[in-house]
Amino acid sequence: MNTTALELIQAAFPDVPCTSSIDAVVLTVQPEQLETTLSRLKNDPTLNFGLLLDVTGVDFLEYPTPQATRFLVVYTIRNWEKNMLVEVRVPVADPAVGIPTATKFWDSANWGERETYDQYGIVFQGHPDLRRILNHWQFQGHPLRKDYAIENGQICYESDSLEKEIKDRLASKGVNKTTMEEINTEIMYLNLGPSHPATHGAIRILTALDGETILANVNEIGYLHRGFEKTAENRTYNQVIPLTDRLNYCSALMNNIAYAKAVESWLGVEITERAKFMRVILSEFFRVQDHLVCIAANLVDMGGLTNYWYLYNEKEASYDLISRLTGARLTSSFTRIGGMYRDFYEGWEADMETHLHGIEKGVSDSLKLVLKNRIVHDRTQNVCVMPADKALSYGYTGPCLRASGVPFDLRKDNPYYHYETFDFTIPLGSKGDIYDRIMIRYEEIFQSISIIRQAMKMMPAGPVFVSDNHVALPPKAEVYKNIEGLASHFKLIFEGVKAPAGEWYDSFEAANGELGFYFVSDGSGRPYKCKVRPPCFYMMSGFHEMVEGEMIADAVINLGSINIIGGELDR
Amino acid sequence: MALGLEASLGDTVLTTKLDAVINWGREYSLWPFVFGTACCAIEFMSAAASQLDISRWGAEVVRFSPRQADLLLVCGTISYKQAPILKRIYEQMPEPKWVVAMGACASSGGVYDNYCTVQGIDTIIPVDVYISGCPPRPEAVLDALMKIQDQIKGESVLNDRHKDFKGILD
Repeated sequence: MNTTALELIQAAFPDVPCTSSIDAVVLTVQPEQLETTLSRLKNDPTLNFGLLLDVTGVDFLEYPTPQATRFLVVYTIRNWEKNMLVEVRVPVADPAVGIPTATKFWDSANWGERETYDQYGIVFQGHPDLRRILNHWQFQGHPLRKDYAIENGQICYESDSLEKEIKDRLASKGVNKTTMEEINTEIMYLNLGPSHPATHGAIRILTALDGETILANVNEIGYLHRGFEKTAENRTYNQVIPLTDRLNYCSALMNNIAYAKAVESWLGVEITERAKFMRVILSEFFRVQDHLVCIAANLVDMGGLTNYWYLYNEKEASYDLISRLTGARLTSSFTRIGGMYRDFYEGWEADMETHLHGIEKGVSDSLKLVLKNRIVHDRTQNVCVMPADKALSYGYTGPCLRASGVPFDLRKDNPYYHYETFDFTIPLGSKGDIYDRIMIRYEEIFQSISIIRQAMKMMPAGPVFVSDNHVALPPKAEVYKNIEGLASHFKLIFEGVKAPAGEWYDSFEAANGELGFYFVSDGSGRPYKCKVRPPCFYMMSGFHEMVEGEMIADAVINLGSINIIGGELDR
Repeated sequence: MALGLEASLGDTVLTTKLDAVINWGREYSLWPFVFGTACCAIEFMSAAASQLDISRWGAEVVRFSPRQADLLLVCGTISYKQAPILKRIYEQMPEPKWVVAMGACASSGGVYDNYCTVQGIDTIIPVDVYISGCPPRPEAVLDALMKIQDQIKGESVLNDRHKDFKGILD
């Protein structure tokens, strides 16, 4: 708990009830006070909450204890310099009337509020573009409302044209018919995706072009919306772990760890030392994997296919260790609430060293092709620049934010699992262009390898699972031979690990940025609500700012450089 | 020693059945269109990378235009929002064409039995081979390729494939 933040915020808002929940200060404000509260949080220099992480809603229709209103909107906002986190809860009396928008303070509120509108039907007054984002435009109803049946699928017969949106965007850039007539040309509309090799998944990029220059850009996501949050509400906490694999599937184990950490921090479960080190080693190893795929694919977009073989072959080789350890190549499901599924196998250190060595070689070989390559430099330097203030406003985190020169990394700023004891640096960019985003990932690979080697030396022996029988399954001998063991086993499997009632947010520095989980628990073994704060959702929301004014071919490599992963983007 | 017609034409001419020679050509020059949406696409990347090397089956010319492809590999979850696009891509591919549903999601919806996920792409387009797994190992992609090759062997150029198919979008 952050007591200074609590005192500071309580002093700033004396008539608003302030509580705390893990690291966050929780403020409950009425809709009429919302704008002044948010404005003060953002603009008061002592508060300076510049990074709006997430917006979500809660539907209390089936919640066991009665609440003042059925709906609630939650803004999660961070002061990244002073490691302060605030959650602003706003009760919504009537979702059709809604609450005022926060888009005038943070650009990230735009997509965050659109998602809340789409999933819960809560209106944000004054929002510039309030329409569906994850579900298709022909969808009726709001799926995360508790009275929407999970199996109620709706067929989409036709894709959205986006004609109005692109024309509005053009108009907002000051381009209209007369400007085009003056320069004697016509706008060409070019649609990329959702099935296009350059989109690395399923994203739709609609551009208005003057020659090859992008005048305006509008993006549509949601093509891989798989209902993670609704599905999670129907599963026990441990059963959600396989779903988290499929968020960012390039670094599945990191999502497992982030999720388990978020649940454990609310339960107050302190995992064993060995489990902590295992999590550090594995999450850094997967950070390397994620960056390898990102850089490999990005350079393929640029025409550097050789890099793909150098980098991807090392990832492919790493599957030997991963599948020997977890039993799966891609989707590991290796954590449990309270620890790890099992310990490392015998002789893993040698395997790990071989892989690290191979990765270092592959990355160095690739760097030889890139570092002094004039074509790479010309195509990436000063191209698709994201300045630091805009990056923060759009809710950027992770390598893309650091490329813009903002030194925010949860491993340094809010360390967990002994990250403060490791010797590593946070690489920073100076411009926020594509070059910085690629180079930061290269450097982070070397830093992660260094962390892994340090952690391997420091890792103590011992169990990898807590012994608390509210969380850990009893040993099989007890399950078969005594009734308490059997009952405890059944209860944990069927009812799940019980989390005390409440709301909390916890986050983790994943390969792409801050991966957060916001939970509401009703005291049962299943999350009442489970919201993911996906890093690339907010990165994609600022994509148009980067590419407008650039060439169409640059938009393609820019998309690769921000590492959009559909599973995490659309959930 | 040649028999029949071949005997009288000398050793410069071979005779065969039209089906056999066309199918032989089709079998070893499949051009896949990878409809990659999710995790399975990463495993397809592994199948294409040097360790497993999909070119050993003559299917390494991955085309990103449906007009140039005859094998549709659906790698990943298909949501209702994505469904009309998948159908259009399938329709844009010239005949004859084959479809592989890679992984649990494409085959049946997988773990995503919910409001936004299509419960198997065979409700939209006809499927020839299903691959199990979540995601399948890349070797399974190669296995599916061989199954497609086996199917091609048994086909005739005179017959249309799947002409009576009706899906939820038809």
